[in-house]
Amino acid sequence: MSESQPKSLPNALPTSLRLFLSEVSVLFRRWRTWAMLVALAAVPVLIGLAVRFSPKGPPTGRGPAFLDQVTHNGLFVGVIGLIVCMPLFLPLTVGVVAGDTIAGEASLGTLRYLLVAPAGRIRLLVIKYLATVVFCVAAALAVVLGGVLAGLALFPVGRATLLSGDTIGPGEAFGRLLLMGGFATVSLLGLAAIGLFASTMTTVPVGAMAATIVLAVVSQVLDALDQLDWLHPWLLSDHWLDLADLLRQPISWGSFGENALLQAAYVAFFGALAYGRFTTKDILA
Amino acid sequence: MTEELAVRTTGLTKRFGHQTAVDRLDLAVPRGAVFGFLGPNGSGKTTTIRMLLGLVSPTEGNAEVLGEGMPDRLASVLPRVGALVEGPAFYPFLSGEANLRRLDTADPKASASSQPGRVARALERVGLSHAAHKKVHAYSLGMKQRLGLAGALLAPRELLVLDEPTNGLDPQGTREVRSLIRSLADDGTTVFVSSHLLAEVEQICTHAAVLRAGRLVAQGPLDELRGAARHRIEVRTPDTGVAADVLRKLGLELEASAPGTLTAEADGAPPAEDIVAALVRAGARVRGFSAAAPSLEERFVELTGEGFDVAE
Ligand SMILES: Nc1ncnc2c1ncn2[C@@H]1O[C@H](COP(=O)(O)OP(=O)(O)O)[C@@H](O)[C@H]1O
Ligand SMILES: [Mg+2]
Repeated sequence: MSESQPKSLPNALPTSLRLFLSEVSVLFRRWRTWAMLVALAAVPVLIGLAVRFSPKGPPTGRGPAFLDQVTHNGLFVGVIGLIVCMPLFLPLTVGVVAGDTIAGEASLGTLRYLLVAPAGRIRLLVIKYLATVVFCVAAALAVVLGGVLAGLALFPVGRATLLSGDTIGPGEAFGRLLLMGGFATVSLLGLAAIGLFASTMTTVPVGAMAATIVLAVVSQVLDALDQLDWLHPWLLSDHWLDLADLLRQPISWGSFGENALLQAAYVAFFGALAYGRFTTKDILA
Repeated sequence: MTEELAVRTTGLTKRFGHQTAVDRLDLAVPRGAVFGFLGPNGSGKTTTIRMLLGLVSPTEGNAEVLGEGMPDRLASVLPRVGALVEGPAFYPFLSGEANLRRLDTADPKASASSQPGRVARALERVGLSHAAHKKVHAYSLGMKQRLGLAGALLAPRELLVLDEPTNGLDPQGTREVRSLIRSLADDGTTVFVSSHLLAEVEQICTHAAVLRAGRLVAQGPLDELRGAARHRIEVRTPDTGVAADVLRKLGLELEASAPGTLTAEADGAPPAEDIVAALVRAGARVRGFSAAAPSLEERFVELTGEGFDVAE
């Protein structure tokens, strides 16, 4: 039989880590997950193609900031990709994955078998959240990667000018791009917790996904209303577009820290709600 | 006392809003038994099983499984329990084997190094080795049901809780499940099997409980349940008038009968041979006589007040 050497290796791993790896592997063995990642990667590619083959050449001053930088340094395709994906596409995909966590298992009926195994409700909830975090990383990376590949293929990679007027070389530009990917990932953590909570409320995954995505949109709409500026610091999406701060020279870390704190608060709050709900819930699906 | 019971519930109750799905249930399932948990659709079997497995918390009452209280001791009880609840459920995009591996990984007491062997043995036991690498969405209903059983058999279990395990199976599959349950019981595993079809489990059960609208109406060893059923005698004769007089004189209470046939409850009746002798002496032409212990099926129809398989 196939009880060969490599298979016995995971024995050393704690059981929770093994369940986490199983969770991640189930997530990435779904066709849907890859479709979303490919779609995310396609966004910067499309932007790159549009800029490269637009008859008028890259616009200056109009459109997303830095669009004109693309022609100097192709890595900026990734930067623009992140900025374009942050308000809708990234939240959309994270909403789908987070909304599916518990409700998806419930609708398949596999939730009852996991709990009877017994996976443990708290353990399962934590592992589901961590797997969603892995997806957040993958989603941001997909945009970065799509941007880098399109940039390298379509544009020269030279020195680029930052907001401050300083110029940086390709190596540092790549580092900044990865940092921005990290910022985008952190920005999605609160939303992932909201999705997890929504997912404990229903056995219809689409419902949980829709609720999560709608909340992401509502948060941004409220963030755009000046009359509500007292509310803005508390909004999930308040710092989402601050990822451009990572292009300043020197880097301004203020918004990164504030964002991390805000997201942590959302994770704590909605994580607690999800815990309260899921540990007491009757599993009837 | 408790240690000898695999499952014990006291006053177990579950209400959904105004509806009482399970009503003050007192179950006692002896260790080593094959326990038939019978009742029409909607009588509360699945809800009871969900409470035993800690999926649903009781509104009132307690449940003890393998001597420990549920759901409090869930983490120590459930690794020793295999279960099939309300039909099998799998990730359709994973193979049968990958599905079992995932279930096995979810059990913190199952060691990783022996997992491939456990999974292969469970698949073999239900006759699915050949389909191990097929995606579950390509499985037939019967194959899924068997894969569900394989999931329940991943580890050596002290108790198997099987909720309608023959649902969706053809007669051959049903026979296979029955013989599987028998062989598990021979190994000393307690089997708690629910069904709305008495005939499907009658042959393998040592004990049974009957549920009607959430209430327990009978419980005990199968022989006792059978014994409690009322016997009937049936006489086929063209001379019904004469025969009826004889039976009445013998103290039997006649029931409505078809032409040419008389039936009566046999409680307190003289032995069959005496009845026949009396009939013949009186000149009735006896063409047929039976003193039937009613089938368990009839007994259950009596208990549940309706035929089996009748939806609520
Ligand atoms: N989630 C639920 N909400 C409301 N009522 C329910 C729910 N689940 C089951 N019931 C009710 O509880 C009763 C028992 O159901 P169930 O335990 O599934 O019966 P069985 O398994 O014997 O067919 C039924 O009347 C059913 O309508
Ligand atoms: Mg049922």
